[in-house]
Amino acid sequence: MNQPPLAVRMRGIHKQFGSVRANDGVDLAVRAGSIHALVGENGAGKSTLMSVLYGFYQAEAGDIEIDGKAVSIRNAQDAIALGLGMVHQHFMLIDTLSALDNLMLGCEQGLLLRGARAKARERLAALMTRSGLQVRLDALVGDLSVGDRQRLEILKALYRGARILILDEPTAVLTPQETEQLFGVLERLRAQGSTILLITHKLKEVMRICDQVTVMRAGRVVHECAIAETSINALAEAMVGRKVQLGRQGMAASAAQEVRLEARQLSCADAMGVPRLREVSLSLRAGEIVGIAGVAGNGQSELLDLLSGLARPSAGVLRIGEQTFGSNRGEHWLDPLTARKLGLAHVPEDRHARAMVMAFPAWESAVLGYEGLPANSQRGFLRGTAIRAATAAMMAQFDVRPPLPELGSAKFSGGNQQKIVLAREIGQAPRVLLVGQPTRGVDIGAIEFIHAQLRALRDAGCAILLVSSELDEILALADRVLVMNEGRITGELPIEDCDETRLGLLMCATSAMETKETLQ
Amino acid sequence: MDEILIGTLLASTLRVATPLIFCALAGVISERSGVIDIGLEGKMLAAAFAAGAVGALSGSTALALTAALGASVLLSMLHGYACVSHRGDQVVAGMAINIFIAGITVVLGIAWFSQGGQTPALPDSVRLHPLIEHAGERFGPLLGSAVLGHNILVYLSLALVVAVWWFLQHSTPGLRLRAVGENPHMIDAAGISVKALRYQALALNGILCGLAGSYLVLAMNAAFSPHMTAGRGYMALAAMIFGKWRPLPALAACLLFGFLDAIAIRLQGVVLPGIGEVPVQLIQALPYLLTVILLAGFMGRAIAPRALGTPYVKER
Amino acid sequence: MSASPGSATRLPRWADIFLLPLVNLCIALAVAAVVVALVGQQPLTVMHSLIEGAFGSARGLSYTLYYTTSFIFTGLAVAVAAHAGLFNIGAEGQATIGGLGTGLLALWLAPHLPSVLLWPLMLLAGMCGGALWAAVPGYLQARRGSHVVITTIMFNFLSSALMSYLLVHPLKVNDGMAVESAPFAPSAHLTGIHELLGALGIDWPSSPLNLSFLLALLAAAGVQLLLWHTRLGYRLRAAGSSPGAAEYAGIEPGRQIIIAMAISGALAGMLGMNEIAGVNDKLLLDFVAGAGFTGIAVAVMGRNHPFGVIMASLLFGALFQGGAEVAFEIPGFSRDMVVMLQGLIVLVSGAMAQAVAQPLSRLVHALSGLSGHRKELQHG
Repeated sequence: MNQPPLAVRMRGIHKQFGSVRANDGVDLAVRAGSIHALVGENGAGKSTLMSVLYGFYQAEAGDIEIDGKAVSIRNAQDAIALGLGMVHQHFMLIDTLSALDNLMLGCEQGLLLRGARAKARERLAALMTRSGLQVRLDALVGDLSVGDRQRLEILKALYRGARILILDEPTAVLTPQETEQLFGVLERLRAQGSTILLITHKLKEVMRICDQVTVMRAGRVVHECAIAETSINALAEAMVGRKVQLGRQGMAASAAQEVRLEARQLSCADAMGVPRLREVSLSLRAGEIVGIAGVAGNGQSELLDLLSGLARPSAGVLRIGEQTFGSNRGEHWLDPLTARKLGLAHVPEDRHARAMVMAFPAWESAVLGYEGLPANSQRGFLRGTAIRAATAAMMAQFDVRPPLPELGSAKFSGGNQQKIVLAREIGQAPRVLLVGQPTRGVDIGAIEFIHAQLRALRDAGCAILLVSSELDEILALADRVLVMNEGRITGELPIEDCDETRLGLLMCATSAMETKETLQ
Repeated sequence: MDEILIGTLLASTLRVATPLIFCALAGVISERSGVIDIGLEGKMLAAAFAAGAVGALSGSTALALTAALGASVLLSMLHGYACVSHRGDQVVAGMAINIFIAGITVVLGIAWFSQGGQTPALPDSVRLHPLIEHAGERFGPLLGSAVLGHNILVYLSLALVVAVWWFLQHSTPGLRLRAVGENPHMIDAAGISVKALRYQALALNGILCGLAGSYLVLAMNAAFSPHMTAGRGYMALAAMIFGKWRPLPALAACLLFGFLDAIAIRLQGVVLPGIGEVPVQLIQALPYLLTVILLAGFMGRAIAPRALGTPYVKER
Repeated sequence: MSASPGSATRLPRWADIFLLPLVNLCIALAVAAVVVALVGQQPLTVMHSLIEGAFGSARGLSYTLYYTTSFIFTGLAVAVAAHAGLFNIGAEGQATIGGLGTGLLALWLAPHLPSVLLWPLMLLAGMCGGALWAAVPGYLQARRGSHVVITTIMFNFLSSALMSYLLVHPLKVNDGMAVESAPFAPSAHLTGIHELLGALGIDWPSSPLNLSFLLALLAAAGVQLLLWHTRLGYRLRAAGSSPGAAEYAGIEPGRQIIIAMAISGALAGMLGMNEIAGVNDKLLLDFVAGAGFTGIAVAVMGRNHPFGVIMASLLFGALFQGGAEVAFEIPGFSRDMVVMLQGLIVLVSGAMAQAVAQPLSRLVHALSGLSGHRKELQHG
């Protein structure tokens, strides 16, 4: 039988960041002239693998073959020379320069811009007709739409002679129409002999356009097959992972009571104007845990920011207890101080940048946000002794190791940091608790403990919103599950109706229509 | 009489502005590549000392110039070593250079020449002279004094403004330099070395500061004296910001600042009818005041290169 | 992905606090020694007479402490700003305007008030002047987006222009040639240490060292208290080291910038008590004399800690005083050697901190690995 030639072959790739194994013995084989999908959740190691391929990072172990030849790729220059081209998720473009200047940067011909531009324009004219990628060359990149910028990025790679094109989450910022256009271009490029590696977590798109798929999870390849031999359900299951264990033994049914927090039609957009959250409504009742499931990066972080007062929505209303906050001009939106006064506590997703001041000793981080309470300060002075004692007691209660209030926040392991943060927020006996990724980067032992704490808090009558990209965690804790995708809530299920396939499909659903189909 | 006044005012405006122009261009080049340069003052002072010392010892203009350029390029490389190679704080590094040079030039000056830190007066043969002798008498105050009566460095500074502008806007290395100050990640992804680009920019920056320092000693004065830059490096920094990091507007700012200085000297002790005595200090302070007002966003927005001041680190 | 960067090259606490500054100082001294040798002097001889000049006599010690006083004020000013994540290059100008406040108040009220009432008011005026001169750049950064580094540089020049205008025009003494104000009435004079000790019957040589030395120590204690024992200090440090966490905690970073700059300026503004009230008894042009810039070196060297600032100030005070003595004894030696050393220290321990700390930490880890005394604090 005739084996088709491989454009890319990576074997045994290992790459570690600190204690995190981003790539743990990854093998990848991409046939020449195919569109190959690399799927997995955020943090599964896809981007790291591609950065190794493109020479941004050096792998600690493993080897790479391009077109059947063993190569070493030390930097982007090597990668470009081998015919690799990369379209990054965050565009590598300069807003203040024209599209043409961006295109030719790094491979200008001659010292004079005028001559270099003329030559580039000539070559690009041919390239644009051949590839079907049309861009206004004289426009400033800052004035281009997101779709235009992406076409520009692909064109940039082709202009450098790329035969193997890597696209990192290319549709994340595109409208459905733009996505269709992009797929048209990719099919055309494939027909012309290019090889395309598509990093994504949108399974529908994978099924729609790809030939082969590799699924990654937690730094390893867990599944590999031809698209013709798989289904969206099988992929969803592979991506979301292991057989789910419902750790709900002994968990009493929820006795949900009055509504503590209610959000109506929240929307917001990022700095580039891309909508991140679209008309999200939800309510939280006392004594229940509502889980937000979804692939990370689909609006969950923005939702937490809005609900905790860290950001302001472009539209929507929020009610916490008796207080109502509007997003109209002149209306006062929630701020973190007010939130705390209303009994809304928040365990943020990002421990390093938000939940703790890493330069502070543990006892100082243990009162972050509550340093103004009478228990913690008096007439402007911090009650250092009292806080230290309280921290020591908390550390004993939560089994924080080492139990040293003076130790720098940065010196604790992830699990122990999270315990400190959780203890701080639970310690305020909150009426509402927002929790983001409570066990990310946390060791197994601490996970059990943290889950137990959250259940106890629920049983004590707190309303808890749990955002997690770990389905296990949602299934183990939540009483009710909302699924988010692309900034929308795509479905709501009571815990009894949840299984991984259903949730996996909802996580990939893009319209109410699909949601309906899934739920039936 | 008016013509003479205007002629001398213009002439001294240009004379005062010249070192500012060199330094402001040095700032433009380095900051457009993403490296903040608070150290213009120190680099210029080092160059002035090198020019004064080597000029006095060797009696050669060429050697004096070479020494000046060498000294400030060396400092620029030190700046690069701390900030580009080791990702040190660019502002702290610049400040360190300023303080270090303010000290060492005096130390060496006193030790080598025993004139309280001054270098011996340079002989006429070493100094730079107007290209056209007695231009003022031959061509009148306006054309002669103001336009034709300057030495080569004055014209060079003006020519370099155009050259730097052309380099940045019309050459491919200039395009790369502008790009690395806006988005070094993009440059890296395009297969160009961010470090190499920034070192090259700093080398140019050193050469320009060297010219500024040489001018102070070879043209404006006849010897090096301690702290002779007297804040010109900072004023050039202000002019560069005032010019929004672009060579031609920066030139305009340097000329404006030079003119304010020229007029301040003229107005010393002059009592204007209705206003009273003009506070010279106010006129002298105007460049700084205007820059603060500009930076505060009350006069349009001064938008710095996007990656200015941030050392380049690969993601994660 | 939340891998914490650089954890492999972190120094143990003792090395970070003592060893690193010491190594930095040694590198700076070594470079200075090369320069000393280059100008034909014996580095060790110079060092010896420098230490002798700074600490060898009661008079020398007093001068050392007098310089130390000014550096403590400006060093604390830079340090407080640094804790809020700001680089205050403007201590020079803030000290100038602070001194102006102190001086103006003395000119106005000294003829009417006794010292006990006057001194606190002079101090307050100085602090207000400095605070104002620093809060404006702080405000411009917090609310209008212009960077504190650039604006404080500009404010340095503005302050010296203002000072020279005032001394040439409104405050000028009619018949005087010198650019200075009229002398203050005697009650404005801050008691010298020799006067104080003399009154107690202890003989002490006359020197510019005055009560503001104690004020400086108090200020350092105050900063220690402020930064680590008050809510305000807590919020300043939170905003300075992690703006994201501060925002999360409901601490508005912009507000902290303005407050930190005001406190920083107030500290710099105290310098007038030493130079204007303690020594000169009148306003004059350049009484700050570069202490604002020395403050940068002091803060960098003292790792922005009040105790470190005191120690670094003492070091620079000794260098200034000793340097002056050496310059007096050895022809061809200039006190500017100290300024040079200052620059070197900022360069080595500030700008090139990573370049020094990384090899050092590798060395320390290698040594502690050898001796087997490695304490593992990190769990999990």
